[in-house]
Amino acid sequence: MMVEALLAVTLIGAAMTFLSDDEWAGRVAAGISVLPVVGSLWMYANFQNVGNALLSGSLAYETTIDWIQLGGYTIQWHVGVDGVSMPLIALSTVLTTLAIVSAWTPIDERQSQFYGLMLLMEASLIGVFSALDFFAWFVFWEGVLIPMYFLIAVWGGPRRKYAAIKFFVYTNVASLVMFLGFMALVFGLGDSITVLGLPEIAQALREPGNLSTFFGMSPGVLRLVAFTAMFAGFAVKVPVFPLHTWLPDAHVEAPTPVSVMLAGVLLKMGTYALLRFNFTMLQETAKANAALIATFGVVSVIYGAMLALAQKDLKRIVAYSSISSMGYVILGLVAFTPHGVGGATFQMISHGLISGLMFMAVGVIYNETHTRMVGDISGIADRMPWTVGIFLAAAFGYMGLPLMSGFIGEVLVFLGSFRSTVLPNAPLFTAAAMFGIVVVAGYLLWAMQRTLFGEYELATDYEVGRAPLHDVVPLAILLVLVIALGSSPGIAYNMIQRAVNPILNLAFALGGVL
Amino acid sequence: MATTLPTWTALGPALLLGITALVLLIVDSIDPDTSNSTLLAGLSTVGSLAAFLFAGWLLVSGTGQPQTGGAITLFDDQLVVDGMSLFFALIVTSVATLVTVASHDYIADQPYQAEYYSLVMMAATGMTLMGSANSLATGFVSLELASLPSYALVTFLKKNRGSVEAGLKYFLIGALSSAVLAYGISLVYAASGHLQFDAVASAVANTEFVGVLGIGVLFVLGGFAFKTASVPFHFWAPEAYEGAPAPISAFLSSASKAAGFVLAFRVFTTAFPELAGLAGGPVTVDWVLAVEVLAVLTMFVGNFAAATQEKVKRMLAYSSVGHAGYVLIGLAALGGAPDKGFVLGASMMHLFIYGFMNTGAFLFIGLTEYWDIGRTFQDFNGLAKQAPLASVAMTVFLFSLAGLPIGGGFFSKFYLLAATAQSGTWILGAALIINSALSLFYYTRVVKAMWIEEPVNDFEIDSYPAGIYTAVIVAAVITFLLLPAFGLLSPSAVTGAAALF
Repeated sequence: MMVEALLAVTLIGAAMTFLSDDEWAGRVAAGISVLPVVGSLWMYANFQNVGNALLSGSLAYETTIDWIQLGGYTIQWHVGVDGVSMPLIALSTVLTTLAIVSAWTPIDERQSQFYGLMLLMEASLIGVFSALDFFAWFVFWEGVLIPMYFLIAVWGGPRRKYAAIKFFVYTNVASLVMFLGFMALVFGLGDSITVLGLPEIAQALREPGNLSTFFGMSPGVLRLVAFTAMFAGFAVKVPVFPLHTWLPDAHVEAPTPVSVMLAGVLLKMGTYALLRFNFTMLQETAKANAALIATFGVVSVIYGAMLALAQKDLKRIVAYSSISSMGYVILGLVAFTPHGVGGATFQMISHGLISGLMFMAVGVIYNETHTRMVGDISGIADRMPWTVGIFLAAAFGYMGLPLMSGFIGEVLVFLGSFRSTVLPNAPLFTAAAMFGIVVVAGYLLWAMQRTLFGEYELATDYEVGRAPLHDVVPLAILLVLVIALGSSPGIAYNMIQRAVNPILNLAFALGGVL
Repeated sequence: MATTLPTWTALGPALLLGITALVLLIVDSIDPDTSNSTLLAGLSTVGSLAAFLFAGWLLVSGTGQPQTGGAITLFDDQLVVDGMSLFFALIVTSVATLVTVASHDYIADQPYQAEYYSLVMMAATGMTLMGSANSLATGFVSLELASLPSYALVTFLKKNRGSVEAGLKYFLIGALSSAVLAYGISLVYAASGHLQFDAVASAVANTEFVGVLGIGVLFVLGGFAFKTASVPFHFWAPEAYEGAPAPISAFLSSASKAAGFVLAFRVFTTAFPELAGLAGGPVTVDWVLAVEVLAVLTMFVGNFAAATQEKVKRMLAYSSVGHAGYVLIGLAALGGAPDKGFVLGASMMHLFIYGFMNTGAFLFIGLTEYWDIGRTFQDFNGLAKQAPLASVAMTVFLFSLAGLPIGGGFFSKFYLLAATAQSGTWILGAALIINSALSLFYYTRVVKAMWIEEPVNDFEIDSYPAGIYTAVIVAAVITFLLLPAFGLLSPSAVTGAAALF
C-alpha cells in the first residue's frame, strides 16, 4: 500500500496547492512534497528485495487488483517496486521537493497552478516507475507529459509556445507509435496472455512459440516491427540522436525548476522504459541489432557533446550535454553485461542528480544576473561564492571526477561495454564513447573560466549579491547526494545489480555487486 | 426484486420523464404569468434524476437481462426492455439531468421556460423509448417524439437569427430524412410483411424481393445517419449545434445521437442480421460494408472539418460528427468479429463516456456565452486566469475527447481499436488512429488559448452561474472518474450488447 499512499498524498497535495492562495502556494507545495520524500526514503531503507519486476523477482510494496475486463484480457491495477524502480522513485520525490523550493525565487505569477502541476507531475512519475500493468503505466506516462506541456507553455521564456507545442507533438506522436507497437505485440500474443501486465507479457515473449502471425507479419517480423516502434517512441524521450531536437528548445524555454525535472527525471522515463520493454521483453531483437543501437548511443554521446561545445547559453550547454550523458546509458544497456546494464541504470540516477544540480545552479546565477550568455558574465565567483563553488563541484562531477557519482556511472558503463560479447567490436565503441568525456571537460572548463572567474563584469544592469538561502540549500543537498553516491555507490548500485542480473540470465547474487 | 414489481414498471425511466413533462405543463398552466425558473428547473432535474436512478437500479438488479430470464417485451412485442435499452436510458437521463441543471441560468431571462423544460423532457422520453423500440412502427414514432421537440428547442432563442436559421435548417433536413426513413420502412414492410423486428428478421431470410429490401435497408440507414449526424446527412449538425442554445447543443449532440445509435443498433442487429450474413447465412444486402464506408467517411469528414474551424462551438459540432464515425465502428466491425457483444459494447461505452465529456464541453461553451466572451478561439485567450477551475474541467473534456488517458475517453477509444483488431477491419482501426491524432491538434488549440495565450479582449468575470457551473464541474469529475471506474460499467455494456446476438 506504500505506493498508493505516496500517490494519494501527492495527488491530494496537488489539489490542495491548486486551490490555495498564490502567496502561500510555494510553501504549501514544498511542505506537502516532503511527505513523499520521507515515504520513499522509508521504502528505500526497508527495501530488501532481489530480482527483476518483469522476470518473477520478489517485489516490494506490491498490489494487484483486477480493474477492467477487455475482451479476453484483464487490465489490472498492478504496482510494485524492484531494485531498478526504487532508486528512480526516490530520485523523483527528492528532486521534486528541491525543484519546488528552487522555484520560490523565479516563479512569480499563477503560483498555485504552477506548484499544483509540479505535484501532479510528481504523482505521475511515481506511477510510471511503479506501475507494472501496461495500461496503468501508460496512464501515468501521459500524466507526466500533460503537466510538463503546461509548465513549459505558461511559465517559460519568450519562445515558450513554440517549445511547448514542439515538446507536445514530439512526445505524443512518440507515445502513439510506441502504443501501437506494443499493442501489435499484445494482439500477436493472442491467447497466451490473459492479463495485460508487463511481467506476464515479458514472460510470454521469452517463451518461444507464443507469438503468432499478426496482420500478415510473421513472429520474427512482428518482433522487429514492435521493437522498432517502441525504440523510436522511447528514443524521443531519452532523447537519442536524431530524435533530440525538441530537447534544447524545451530546456531553454522552460523555467529552471521545470528544466530540473525534465533533465533530472523525465529523460529517465525513456531509458527506464527502454530497459523494461525493449531490453527485457525483446532481448533477442536487441542483441541482434546491438551494433546499430550502440551506434545511436555513441553518436548521441559525441554529437551532443559537440553541440554543447558550440553553445553560448549556459542552459543550452547543460541541455546538450544531457543528450551526451544519456548516450552512455544507451551504450551500457545494449552491452548486456552486468556492469553495463547496472552501470547504465546507476548513470540514470547519477545524471538525474548532477544535471538537476547544474540546471539549478545556472538558474540561481540567472536569478541574480538575468542573463545566461557566456559572453555577458565574468568573474561572479567573488559575488556569489557558495553558488559558484557548488556549480564548480557539479561541473567536475559531470566530467567524471572520482568520488562523485558521475565517475562511478561512467566507469561502470565503460567496463561493461568494453567486455560486451553481444556488441561486435565492443572496445572500439567504448573508445569512441570515452572521447565524449574529453569534449565535456573542454566545454565545461571553457564556460566556467569565462563566466565564473576573471574580472567582474556583467552586461545586464543588475546588482549581483549573494543568492538567498533557499536557493542555495537545494544545491548543497544535491551536491551531498552526488558525493555520497560517488563515495559509497553500493547504497544504490547493489539493489540495481540484483534487479538487472535476471535480465542477463544470471542468478540474483552473482556478479557485479559492489 | 424485479419480479415483485408489475412488468410495466420496466418502462419506468421513460414514464418518469413523460410524467415530468406533463407536470411541468400543469405547473405552468396553474401559474402562467410568473416563470419561477428555479421551480421549473428543479422539477425537471428531479424528474430526470429520478429516471436516471431508476434506470440504474433496473440495470443493476438485472431487469430484462439474462440472469433474470432475458428481455422483457411489452405491448405485444412492440417495446422491449433489456440491458441495452436500460444502458441507453442511463445515457439519455444523465445528459438530460446535466442539461436541465445548466439551463437554469442559461435561459433565466427568456420567456416560455416551462415549455422549454417540458420539451426537453418530452424529447428525453422519446429518446429513452427509442432504446426500447422493438418494431419499426414504435421506432419511428419514438424517433419523431424525440425530433419534434428538438426542432422547437433549437429555435428557442426566437430573437436570435442564428437560432432561428439553425432551427429551420434542422427542421427541413429532419423532415426530409424522416420521409426517407418512413419510405425505407415501407419498402422493408413491402418485402417482409412485418414491422416487428424479430418477425422482420425471420421473414426477410427467404424473401423474393431482395432488391426492394436492399433499397429499404439503405433508406433506413440514411434515416439513422440523420439522427446520429453521420455522413451523408450530417449537414444540419454544425448549423444546429452552433445556433441552438448551448445546453440544447449538448443535449442533441450527446443524448439525441445516442438515441439514434441505439435504434440503429437494434434494427440492424435484430431485424437485418441475416442480410449481412451475421448469422452465418449468405450475404444478400451487405449493410455492414455500407456502414463501414459511412464510418470511415464520417470520421474523416468530421475531423478534417473540425480542424479548419475558427469558432469553438462549431469545432465541437464537427468533432461530434467525427465521434459518430467512431461509434459506427460498433456496427461496421461486426462482420468478422468472434465476440460481437464486445464490438457493439465498445460503441456503447464510447457513447456513455461521450455523453459526459461532450455534454460538459458544450456546457462550458454555454458558460462562456453566459459570460459573453465571444465564440472564436482567440476569444478564449487567457480564460484560465479568470476561471481556473472551469478551464481545468474543459481541459479534461477536450483531452478525454481526443483520447488521452485523463478521462474515460481513452479506454472507450481503446475498446473500439481492440474491436477493429478482433474483427480484422484494419481500415477502421487506421482511420480511428489517424483521426484521433488529428483531433488532438484542434482540441489542443482550445487548451492553448485558455491556458497559454495572453487575453486579447478585456473581460471581467463577475458572477459564477451556480447551475451551469455545477453541471460543468460534475461532468468533469465524472469524465475523470470514468477512467478508473471504466471497468464497473463495461461489463453491462458488453453483456447488454451480447444479448442481441
